[in-house]
Amino acid sequence: MNVDMLMLRLGEIMLKGRNRARFEQVVLNHVKRLLNGFPKAQITKDYGRIYIDLGGEPADELLKPLSKVFGITAIIPVVVCTPELEQIQEKAREFLGSLSIEKDTTFKVSGRRVWKAFPHSSHDLNRIISEPLLAAFPCLKVDVKNPELDLRVEVRDDRALLYCQVLPGAGGFPLGTNGKAMLLLSGGIDSPVAGWSAMRRGLEVECVHFHSYPFTSRKAEEKVIELAKVLSQYSGRVKIHLVPFTDIQTSLAGAGQDNLMITLMRRAMLRIATKLAEANDALALVTGDSLGQVASQTLASMNVIGRVTELPLLRPLVTMDKQEIIDLSQQIGTYDLSILPYEDCCTLFVPKSPAIKPNLRVVENVERSLEGLDDMLEKAVQNTVTMVLRPNSQIHYQEDEMTGSPDFPRHDLEKPVQEQGIRGDWF
Amino acid sequence: MKYFDHAASTPPHPEVIRTIAEVMQAHYGNPSSLHASGESGFKLLHRAREVCAQALGVEPSEIVFTSGATESNNMAIKGAALQYRTRGKHLITSMVEHPSVYESFRQLEGLGFEVTFVPVQTDGTVDIEAVMQAVRKDTVLVSIMHVNNETGSIQPVAEIGRELKQKHPRVLFHVDGVQGFGKVPLQIKDSGIDLYSLSAHKIRGPKGAGLLYVRKGVQLFPLLSGGGQEGGVRSGTENVPALVGMAKALRLAKEKEGENIRGWRNVRQRLVEGMASLPELVLNSPADGAPHILHFSYPGMKPEVVLHCLEEDGLEVSTKSACSSKTSEPSRVLLAMGKSMEVAQSGIRISLGDEHTAEDADLLIEALTKAVKRLSGLKGGLK
Repeated sequence: MNVDMLMLRLGEIMLKGRNRARFEQVVLNHVKRLLNGFPKAQITKDYGRIYIDLGGEPADELLKPLSKVFGITAIIPVVVCTPELEQIQEKAREFLGSLSIEKDTTFKVSGRRVWKAFPHSSHDLNRIISEPLLAAFPCLKVDVKNPELDLRVEVRDDRALLYCQVLPGAGGFPLGTNGKAMLLLSGGIDSPVAGWSAMRRGLEVECVHFHSYPFTSRKAEEKVIELAKVLSQYSGRVKIHLVPFTDIQTSLAGAGQDNLMITLMRRAMLRIATKLAEANDALALVTGDSLGQVASQTLASMNVIGRVTELPLLRPLVTMDKQEIIDLSQQIGTYDLSILPYEDCCTLFVPKSPAIKPNLRVVENVERSLEGLDDMLEKAVQNTVTMVLRPNSQIHYQEDEMTGSPDFPRHDLEKPVQEQGIRGDWF
Repeated sequence: MKYFDHAASTPPHPEVIRTIAEVMQAHYGNPSSLHASGESGFKLLHRAREVCAQALGVEPSEIVFTSGATESNNMAIKGAALQYRTRGKHLITSMVEHPSVYESFRQLEGLGFEVTFVPVQTDGTVDIEAVMQAVRKDTVLVSIMHVNNETGSIQPVAEIGRELKQKHPRVLFHVDGVQGFGKVPLQIKDSGIDLYSLSAHKIRGPKGAGLLYVRKGVQLFPLLSGGGQEGGVRSGTENVPALVGMAKALRLAKEKEGENIRGWRNVRQRLVEGMASLPELVLNSPADGAPHILHFSYPGMKPEVVLHCLEEDGLEVSTKSACSSKTSEPSRVLLAMGKSMEVAQSGIRISLGDEHTAEDADLLIEALTKAVKRLSGLKGGLK
C-alpha cells in the first residue's frame, strides 16, 4: 500500500461530554506509543479524528498494531495532495492505478468541499474527478447508489485527502478509561475472550492465574503467560498474578465432597481474587463464565459461587454461544494457544458428577469443616508472584514482589533466554 | 574442485553447521515430551517457526515442517486433492514440473483424478491464459513451480495466483518455491498462493529439512498419521536440529537476497557472453531466467562425457536435474519447450552459489572451450 497518511476515526467516545478530552488523550497516547518505532511519522488530532502523516514510514506495518487500539472505530489509508484540481485528478489516477483493478468494478466519487473557497462545489467535484478516471480505467462503471469502490475526496484548505478503503478498528473505549478489574485467567478459550471484552470497554485488566504446580507442567503456566501476552498486545502491558493453588486444592479434595469440588474451588478462587483486587485497587472481577456451559456455570452454581465476593462480578460472555466465543478468540489471536492440551488446575480433580445445583448451606458447612482454610487462602495471596508482560518482551517478575514463597516453581521463565538453553545466535 | 551444482544442493553455511551441531548436542529431548528436555526442544521449534515465517512474510501458524521439498510437494498436492475430493477431481499443473510434483500428479491419475498438464512456451514458461483456460468447474488445485530447476525459467506465479483467485477463488494454488526462494523475489501473501514448498538444502541449509506454507483456512489430508505433530498434518518427531538450522539458513538467504542476486547476475552474464564464442553449444535458459541457473546443450554429445571432461579440470556441473540425472532419458522439460530430441538428450546445467566470482566463470568457459575442442572429433560416434 502506497499511502501518505492514516486517518483514525474515534467512535463511541465522541458521544462523551466534558470527559471527551480525557478519553481522546488516552487514545492519542496509545497511538503515540505505537509510533515509537516509526520516527518519521507525525501525529495530529482533529475533531473525532487522528491523522498520522507517515512521512515515508510503511503503512502496512502500522495497520496491525493500530487495529488493536481500543477507541478507534476505523483506520483509513489516505493519499494526500495539495488542494488544486489538477493535482487531485493526477493523484486520483495514480491511486486507482495502484489498486490494479482488473475486472469490472462499479464506482463513484464522493467529493466533499470542506474549504469553501475551493472553486468547485462538492457536486461538481464528483463529475470533474470521475470523468478522467472513467476514461483511464475502462473496467470502471458508474453506480452512485451501491458502488463497490467509493473514492472519497475531501478538499481542505491545506490539503486534499483521497481514500476508498475503511478498515475496521477495535472499537470500544480507550485503555483503562473505565477503571480496573481482576480477570480470572485460565488456559481455556473463554477467559481470554472475557478479558479482551472487558478491556474493550475501557477496563484495565490484571490477570489472576491459579496454578497447581507440580501436579501440572510448567507448560500449562507458560501457556497462560503467552495468553496474557496476547492480551498485552491490546494494552501495551498487562500484569499477571500467579497464585499457588496446589495446597488449597489438596485440602478441598480432602473434604470428601466429590461433587462439590468445583464449587468449592471456584469459591476459593474468587476469595483470593477479591483479596488481590483489594490490594491492587481493582473494583471488579471478570470471569469467562458462559451460562450453562459447564456445571459451575449453571445459574444455581453461579449463585452459590458468587456469594463469596462483594465486588461486582463481570461476565462478559454470559449469554454468548460457544461458537461466538470461539470466533472471537480466533479473531483476537488467543484460540491457537487456548487449545494447547495441558492439564491445568481446573482439569485436575474434576468429579464424575459435579453438582449442577449446589446447596449454599451445605457448601458453607463443608467450608467450615475445613480447618485453616482462611489461613491457606491468605498464604496463597502472600505467595502470589506478579509479573509484568509486554507483547514481545522477555518475561520478568516484578522486582518488589520477588520475595514470594520458596515453594513456588522458580523455573525457566524468570531466567534470561540464554539460560533456558536456547541461544539467540542459533537463529 | 569448483562446484557448480547449487541447484542440486548447496554447501551448508558454516553458521548453519555450527547451529545444528550445538542444538543436536544440547537438545535431544523429544519436543512432544512434557518434561523440561522436551519442552526446550518445543521452544526451539517454536522459535524456528517464527523465524521461518518471518523470512516468508507469513504467520508462524501457517508453517508445517517437513523432511524436504519432495515431502512438501507430495503433502500439498495429494493432501489437497484428497481433502477436497468432494469438490471435484480435476487438477492442473505444467509439463515442466519437478518429478516430486509431476509424479504426484501421475499417481493421483491412477487414483481416478484427472490432470491437465499445461504446455509451456519456447522459453519454458507457461502461458497464464492457458492455465486459466484449463480451469473447470471441478478443478480443485493448480500447481505451478516458481523457477524451473533445469532451465531456470521463471514462471509468472504471482500473476497466475492473482488471476486465479479473482476468477476462481475456490481453486487452491500451490507453488513449488524450491529454486526460487532467495533467488527470485516473490511475495507469498499478495500472490494468491495457498501452498508453497521449500527445501533447506537449496539455500545452504541442511538436507532432510523443508517446509510447506499452508495458508490459514486450507485443510490438507494428512499423508503421515501418528502422534499428531505439526497440527496433525505431518506426524512424526520433528528433526529439531535440522529445522533450527533451516530457520537460520532461511534468514541468511533472505538477508543476502539482493546482494546474491546481483552477484549471480554478473557471473551468469559473463558465462553467457563466453558461451557465445562456442557455436557448438545451444543455450536453453531464457535470457530473463533465474540468476543462478544456466542450462545449455551440446547437441549430439552425451552430456555425461562433457561432465566428466569438466570434472577433469576440477569443475563440477550437472546433467539435467540431479533427481533424474542417472537415467539417460531425454529431458522432459526441454522436450516440453519444443527442443529437438538431440538437444533434449545433451543438456548440461551450471548452477551458481554465492561464492562464485567472474574468475570462476572464466575458468568454466576455458574448460568448456577445451572440452568442445577435444570432443568435437567424437561427436556422433558416441550415439
